[in-house]
Parts: sequence; structure tokens; C-alpha cells
Amino acid sequence: MGIRRATRIPIGTAAAIVVAVLCALPHAGVLVAAMAGSVDTVSQLAATVLPRYVLTTLALVALVGAGTFVLGAATAWIVTAFAFPGRRLLEGALILPLALPGYVAAYAYTFLLDHPGPVQTALRDAIGWGPRDYWFPEIRSLGGAAAMLTLVLYPYVYLLARSAFLMEGAGPAQVARSLGRGPLGVFLTVTLPMARPAIAAGVLLAMMETLADFGTVAHFGVRTFATGIYTSWFTLADRAAAAQLALGLLAFALTLAVLERRSRGGARYATRGVVPAPRIALRGRGAVLAILACALPVALGLVVPVGTLAAMAAGSEQSWTDPRYLRFAGNTVVLGLVAAAVTVGAAVLLGSLHRVRGGRPARWALYLGRLGYAVPGGVIAVGLLVPFAAFDNALDLWAERSFGIRTGLLLTGSIWVLVLAYVIRFLAAAIGAYEGGLASVTPNVDAAARVLGRSGWGVVGRVHLPVLRPALVTAALIVFVDVAKELPATLIMRPFDFDTLAVQAYRLASDERLGGAAVPSLTIALIGLVPVLLLCLQVARRPVPGARTRVPGGAG
Amino acid sequence: MTRILLLTSAAAIALPVTGAFAEGELNLYSSRHYDTDERLYSDFTEQTGITINRIEGNADELIARMEAEGRNSPADVLLTVDTTRLERAKDAGLLQAVDSDVLESRIPGNLQDADNEWFGFSQRARIVFYDEADVTDPPQTYLDLADPQYEGMVCHRSSTNVYSQTLLSAVIEHHGEEAARDWAQGVVNNFARAPQGGDTDQLRGLVSGECDISVSNTYYFARALRTDVDGLGQDELAGIGYVFPRMTETAGAHVNLSGGGVAANAPNRDNAVAFLEYLASDSAQSYFANGNDEYPAVEGVPLSESVQQLGEFEADPVDLSAVAKNVAAANRIFADVDWE
Repeated sequence: MGIRRATRIPIGTAAAIVVAVLCALPHAGVLVAAMAGSVDTVSQLAATVLPRYVLTTLALVALVGAGTFVLGAATAWIVTAFAFPGRRLLEGALILPLALPGYVAAYAYTFLLDHPGPVQTALRDAIGWGPRDYWFPEIRSLGGAAAMLTLVLYPYVYLLARSAFLMEGAGPAQVARSLGRGPLGVFLTVTLPMARPAIAAGVLLAMMETLADFGTVAHFGVRTFATGIYTSWFTLADRAAAAQLALGLLAFALTLAVLERRSRGGARYATRGVVPAPRIALRGRGAVLAILACALPVALGLVVPVGTLAAMAAGSEQSWTDPRYLRFAGNTVVLGLVAAAVTVGAAVLLGSLHRVRGGRPARWALYLGRLGYAVPGGVIAVGLLVPFAAFDNALDLWAERSFGIRTGLLLTGSIWVLVLAYVIRFLAAAIGAYEGGLASVTPNVDAAARVLGRSGWGVVGRVHLPVLRPALVTAALIVFVDVAKELPATLIMRPFDFDTLAVQAYRLASDERLGGAAVPSLTIALIGLVPVLLLCLQVARRPVPGARTRVPGGAG
Repeated sequence: MTRILLLTSAAAIALPVTGAFAEGELNLYSSRHYDTDERLYSDFTEQTGITINRIEGNADELIARMEAEGRNSPADVLLTVDTTRLERAKDAGLLQAVDSDVLESRIPGNLQDADNEWFGFSQRARIVFYDEADVTDPPQTYLDLADPQYEGMVCHRSSTNVYSQTLLSAVIEHHGEEAARDWAQGVVNNFARAPQGGDTDQLRGLVSGECDISVSNTYYFARALRTDVDGLGQDELAGIGYVFPRMTETAGAHVNLSGGGVAANAPNRDNAVAFLEYLASDSAQSYFANGNDEYPAVEGVPLSESVQQLGEFEADPVDLSAVAKNVAAANRIFADVDWE
């Protein structure tokens, strides 16, 4: 102590600070751009579009929050509390809809359910209705968007709720049952309240994704903050208004990020010595109901849209055997792998900074790291493009004046700024998984390692990382899936001739080739399924998360 | 962990990622989103030996990217599907004047910018389609779309779509802002449903009976005539009539012009000009006709079979750069009359 370390900042801390600063970059850019607008811009927005954006966004976020809560928590309870035929299969399958991008689900369901689509046509033919003699729910609506996002986002809640239910163990539920509660009563009064922090964290993640969603709401013409920013920035070329709207969205996002972090903070358990609760065997009608309840989200969130896409793709001129598709898929996978590796690295740095140093700055660095999860990819893209291009141009000018050489655009237009955009956008998912694992390593372990001579960051490298490998893998898989699905940032920032599957789907959809766009959309879903299936296997192998990550021996 | 990081980093660095500045290259920023355009580009490379590097995307996003990239932007040529966006790029100082005898002689005067900063290469008429079974007296002018006799019958795209914005901009240019506002209000009153979907969806709405009258670009209809489009088989198309509506007594149908210009900081300026001249050549022009069912900008180039079925038409000869300047007013009107 004392003189030796006083002026030296450990490399880990320095790297974590760099990550935090980079995460702040696009948000700071928005802040600066918003300042450029006058008070007039604000009052004009408040008088015209703002109330509508706020109400629509609030309604959408609330609907998706409620929807993911009900679907995620109910199915998690059914697969953990009961035994019925097919339970193990459904337990894994419930995660699968995570592989489907919201905008792809929207695309498939629009084809299926709009007025010219097969469902309404069949109804008209069967019942003899005229074209406008009946009412049918409009899929291109706020409710439609909420349904799509709920179907692809509920697995976040399911995953976290399921772990929490399993970790509660048999004790509390048995006490409640011995006091005369039925299974539903136990669930509502004991199991659910105990798992509240974990479920809240899942619901907040889904809400943050909803706030950031652009593809789904744009496809349905729903006017949220995300589409509003886009319209102001691009269609109306009113940067100041766009930036001020983005600032409003950031305030919203920060609230969610802080809430999510707080609720996770409460999600700590004494995980040792948990006796798994025996499952109540269901037979007859009960078993059928349980199977239906668990199969329905999988059917609506994966089977129906993927089946629709497959039928649409069958007659299209696009072909997987086209060598271009190998390139699209290759680019998608490479971006996903690189971004997953870098994002997990960044999550380890920020999560460990909080663990090693603690304190308020470290906590705010974590909030900052999570913030991007609720910010539309397009906002992050432009927020990075402007400062990086300015930096490149300044460097170029300086190099030309000083040495007579031109450096051109060194970083802008390279894959690295795009990867940085992904890191900022999806860091929250990686931090969540990493911190979840870290919570199972008790502070006593750190203390023991410090006593044995390790520095703070030495504990991270020698103790945390080796035992948290499963958590790191989970984090990387989630980020990979997210990156494979990402569209707006990729569209704005990608290098020349670097098209991904999502970009190709967007091109064909813009050209209204319904069947054609189904081909790359289906491929995105298939590529996303690989890591999601790996997650399923992890779930199957590790009934209680954290069980494997516990440090063996006396240290724990 | 470190090892994985190092490996993936190495793999990513090895990727070919930067736009090229070498000779024999052309960097294209394009919002033409037609998958069939691949041939258009590969033919150019075969003819000239110049390789094309491409980024495709929404025109507004490409413009934002060019603005951010500034004097070091790698973009040589910007292609868009609509002149309002070329005009926006011009206003932002992102294009440069091109002095080319080829372009001057082949592209008609009203299909190019007065300052030669952009040129149109293919046209698509935005016209009225209707269900022949239900509509005996279809609208003959764009103003007719607001006629109360069509209440609850008209389907249209949303106001966020550039084609909607350009149509209203053209109405403003011909009839003035006040009349344009009344017109937009009248069209909103006539909507059969909230504005939604793409051009193909407007046509499919006619088939399903949700719409009686729709506005769509010609090439979506022509494409359905030529190949299979879901829900628009030959039987369904037979029930759809169409009118090339007039803008005024003297002005014909409204046209969306797809065009391009050379970027202000183009690193490969000569190649960029060569590319624009190539787009005006007979082979490229007949490609626009046959590959994407568009009307060529160059006179005398034959129409594709499917477009011939639609027939020749009289286009609105209005100065499209003047129309493009009305887009801000158009967006104001859309907001005022609550055209979603």
C-alpha cells in the first residue's frame, strides 16, 4: 500500500474507464446536438407530436411489460412446479422465440393476417362475408406491435423467472402448503413474490428492448419515440428536434436502466443447500392445460411465423445456393462473433470495476453501459458516426499540414466503429449475464485471494473468469443473437459491399418482394437458433444456474 | 478468453473493409433497392474494368453519412429513387456539377438539374389503379382523388414514404399550398383505411376488396404482369383497371424519377462521370426497362413487354427540382391534415 500504488492506475481500471467513456460518446453527442436546438424547437415539439409519442411509447412499453411478465412468469412456473408429458422438451423450447427478430415476426404476421392475407380470405370464403362486412383486429397497430414484441421478448422473463423459481427450493413452498395453500395460492403468495427481483429484471430488459425497437413499430406505422426521432432526423432533416426527442428517450432509458440494476441488486440468494422442490405430477386435463399453456408461446413466437416465412419463401426467386447468401451469412456470423467477444470483454471490465473498486463512479459506469440497450440502433449509429468522422477528418487535416500525408477516414466506415455500436447497444445483456454469475461468487472468495497476494484485478483474472466461464458463454451467446438480428445501425454504418442477412431482408422488403424477403429472414432465424439451442442445452444441463459456478472447497 | 479475443480480432482485421481509392474503382452510395440491379453493375464492370464498391440504404441515411464523412467521404456517386432526395443532397453541398455532352444530349432537360448536379435515368409513373367491378367512373386527375364521391374508397401509402411526399410536393407546385392542403384533407376524408403498407399492398387491397381506388407506381403492376407476385396473379390483375391521371389540363401524369449525381468530394471523379454516362447508354437504359419495368429516361429506348402493356403516357413536364423544394411544405401539410 502507500507509496507503491498511489499514482498508478491498474490496467483493468484504465480499460474499464475507456469502455465507459466510449459508451457515453453517442449519448453525449445527442446532448450536444439537442443544445443546438432552441427553446422554440422544444415548445413546437411539445405542442405537436410530443404528447402522442410519449403516450404511444408508454402504452407500448406497458403492454409489452405486462405481456412478457404474464407469458414468461406463468410458463416458468408451470415447467418448474409441475411434471407432465413433454415438460423437458417444452422447458427448452420456450427459449426459442428469442432467435426471431421482432421485425421478422411483424413481416410474417402482416402477410398472414392483413386484409388480403390467407386468414381473412379464408374467413370471407368460408362465411360468405363481403370485403368490409366484418371487423377483424388490425395487425398494423399499437396492439399488433405489442403482440409481436411480447412474443419474441418473453424468453428474457422466462429465463430469469425459471432460475429464480428453481433457486427458491422446496422450503418456502412446503411451509405454505402445510399451512393449507393450494398450488396456485403458493405460487401467488410465496413463489412469485420471492422471485420478484429476477422477474422485474427480465421485464425491464424486455421494456428496454421495446424502447429501442425501430423495425417492428416502423413496419406497423406506430408512432413511438424511435420512429419520431427517425422521422425528424431523416425525413424532415430537423436534427435539433430529433436530438431533443432522443434526449427524452434517453431520460426514459436511464430510468429503466437504473430500475433494472436496482432490481437485480435485490436478486441475491443464499444459493447453497437448496433442496429442489418436488414437482407435482399432472394427469389428464391438468396435463393437457399445462402442455397447451407452454406450447402456445412457442407456437405463436416461432412455429407460426417461421412456417409462414417458409411458405412465402417457397415460391421466391431468391435461393440459398446463390453464392451471395454464403457471403451474407458469413458477414452476419463474423460480425456476431467479433461483437460478442468484444462486448463480453467490455462487460467483464465494467462489472469487475464495480466489484474491485466499488463506489459511485463504478456504479454510474454500469448504468452508462446498460443505457444503450434502450436506445435505437440508428441513434447510436449517427451518434458515433458524427464524432468519429470529425476525429478522422481532423487527424487527416493535421497529418496533411504537418507531414504532407493524408490519412483519410481511418476509423469511419471500418468494421470497428460498427462493432463499437453493437457493443454500446447490447452491453446490458452481457453485463446482466456476467453480474448474475458474479453474484454467486461470494465476496469471501475475493478476500481470500487478496490475502494470498492477488491484486484486485488479479482476482478477476485468476479467480472470477475461470469459474464464471458458463456465465461468459451465456453472455456471448445472447449478444451474438442480438447482433445477428440488428438492422438499423448495420444499415447506416456498414463498410462497402458488406451486406448481412438483415440488410438483404431489408432490401427485398423495401422492394416489396414478399417471398424474396422471407428467404434471408428465415436464415436469420436459423442462424439465431444455433446459439439459442446452445442456451437450451445449458438450461437442460444446469437445472439450477450458478450451481456449477460455485467455488469448490473451503474458499466458498 | 484473451486467446479468443485475439483470434477474433485478428480475423476481423484481416477482413476487407475499407473503401478503395485505387484506380479502376467506383464507390457507389445507392438507395436503389432492386435486387435485379446486380446485372446493371456487373455489365459496367465488364465494359470498363472498373470495380464497383457499394453501400445501399435509405437515401436520407446515406446523405447523413456523407455529411458526417465530409471532405474525406469515399462516395463517388449517389443514386436515389426520387429527386427530392437528390435535391436535398445538392442543398447540403454533397454533389458537384458535371459537364458531360453525353448526359446533356441524352437526358431530357426537365429530367436533370438546372445546375447539372444530378440527372434522372429512369421514370416511374405514379398512377391510379381501381377495381373495375366497383368503380365505373374512376378519378381522371390527381385532384379527383379528393372528390367526396369516392368517400371510403381510396387507399394510399403513409406520409413517411418519399413517393407520397413527392406527389404532394408536385400538387403544391401546380396548384399552390392552399389548394394542396384542401386536396390532402379531401384525400384523408376518402381513405378506406389508415395509410399503410407498400405499393404492392395497395394493389393487393384492390384484389381483397379493402380498397376500390389505389395509388401505386407503374413498375409494381408491370412486375406482376411479368412474373408471379403473391396475391396478384393474372386473374386478379384482369379485374384491375388503371388511369394515367393528369396533374392539370396541360400537365400529364406524376413521375418518380430515379437518378444520381457525382459526390462533391468524389475520389474517383472520372470513373463517376463514366458511370453516369453508362447509365444513360442504350444498354443500361434498356436494362431499366427490362430488368425493373421502368420507363427509360432516354427517348427512343424501347419499353419492356410488360410496360408496353401499360402503354405510353404523357408525363407531367414540371421542373422536378422545383417540385423537390416543396417537400418541407408537403410534410407540414401531412401533419396538419393528420395523414398518418
